[in-house]
Amino acid sequence: MHSFGFRANAVLTFGITILALICAMASISDNFNSPRPSSEIQILNINWFQKQPHGNDEIEDFQVWDVVPICLFSPIDATAAMVSLTMNITADLQSLFTWNTKQVFVFVAAEYETPKNALNQVSLWDAIIPAKEHAKFWVQTANKYRFVDQGSNLRGKDFNLTLHWHVMPKTGKMFANKLVIPGYRLPEEYR
Amino acid sequence: MGWVRKTVDSVKSLQVKQVLLRAIGLAMVFTSGLILWKALMCMTGTKSPVVVVVSGSMEPGFKRGDVLFLYKNKDPIRAGDIVVFNVKGQDVPIVHRVIEVHEQQSDGEIKLLTKGDANDMDDRFLYARGQLWLKPQHIMGRAVGLLPYVGWVTIVMTEKPVLQYILVGAVGLLFLTSKD
Repeated sequence: MHSFGFRANAVLTFGITILALICAMASISDNFNSPRPSSEIQILNINWFQKQPHGNDEIEDFQVWDVVPICLFSPIDATAAMVSLTMNITADLQSLFTWNTKQVFVFVAAEYETPKNALNQVSLWDAIIPAKEHAKFWVQTANKYRFVDQGSNLRGKDFNLTLHWHVMPKTGKMFANKLVIPGYRLPEEYR
Repeated sequence: MGWVRKTVDSVKSLQVKQVLLRAIGLAMVFTSGLILWKALMCMTGTKSPVVVVVSGSMEPGFKRGDVLFLYKNKDPIRAGDIVVFNVKGQDVPIVHRVIEVHEQQSDGEIKLLTKGDANDMDDRFLYARGQLWLKPQHIMGRAVGLLPYVGWVTIVMTEKPVLQYILVGAVGLLFLTSKD
């Protein structure tokens, strides 16, 4: 009962149990935070809006992508329309941070409906906010990821821009939510 | 070195009945662990309710050695969810975020595209040849919780299997030779 092995076992078990308890309490304390995030997104300009030429269904060697600008290749489908736009994104996400928050992952997605698909969500831009001081921000950017849809469904399309945030804690439960901003529209004709 | 001699002495002084009782006790501990694991699998709806992050593609959110808790229910997968999936032919699960979702009107079929937060490219190059999208059936579950650093034990034991045997041997020896 007093051997080294038993003592080590007892200490380890107790230590791990207490650690697990502390992690659970840290995670539960996050539930007491009531966040009030706010955001505004403005589309400054639709830079270009094009229909892609006939592309391959199969993906070519991965290396090709590194050298050629991505917008020239559309391996998705035979016909696809692509958009490039510049956005002004303002957001105040400071109320999401608690002492148990490691980072907040924020991204903007375009949501729209087409005759073929009931729901399409395409992520346009994302960022990682490592600390509360950086959580109130204003950024002007072109879309980081391709806004591309199969077919020619995007002309004159109404879409929502949704700001999603994902609170990643130091330990415990992750929280995610979003803010939907409706009322954007793509031009009627390609340009 | 005195405890080594003591352990060797206590091993020598065991009787068969005692050893058998102890062995049964040990087996019961293992099976109750297994029962707990299977119960967790039922509760969370996934085949592996807990995974260890082995790559750095989701840094700085998930570091190598973090443990993720997964949950799978009937809710459809939406953009922003962190999902765990296996590529056909590989057994290391990949933990990445969904960046594109397309849900068909006709049959509700969903196509997904994923990307690691720290990667510049999306995951198309990881999928099987000719596969452009992930389907919900490829997804093992959504990550809902995180525990840092605990996974290093698993990573170290997987990369140096000899440690597994040492650990199991030491625990077994301890159990078998306890004086009560």
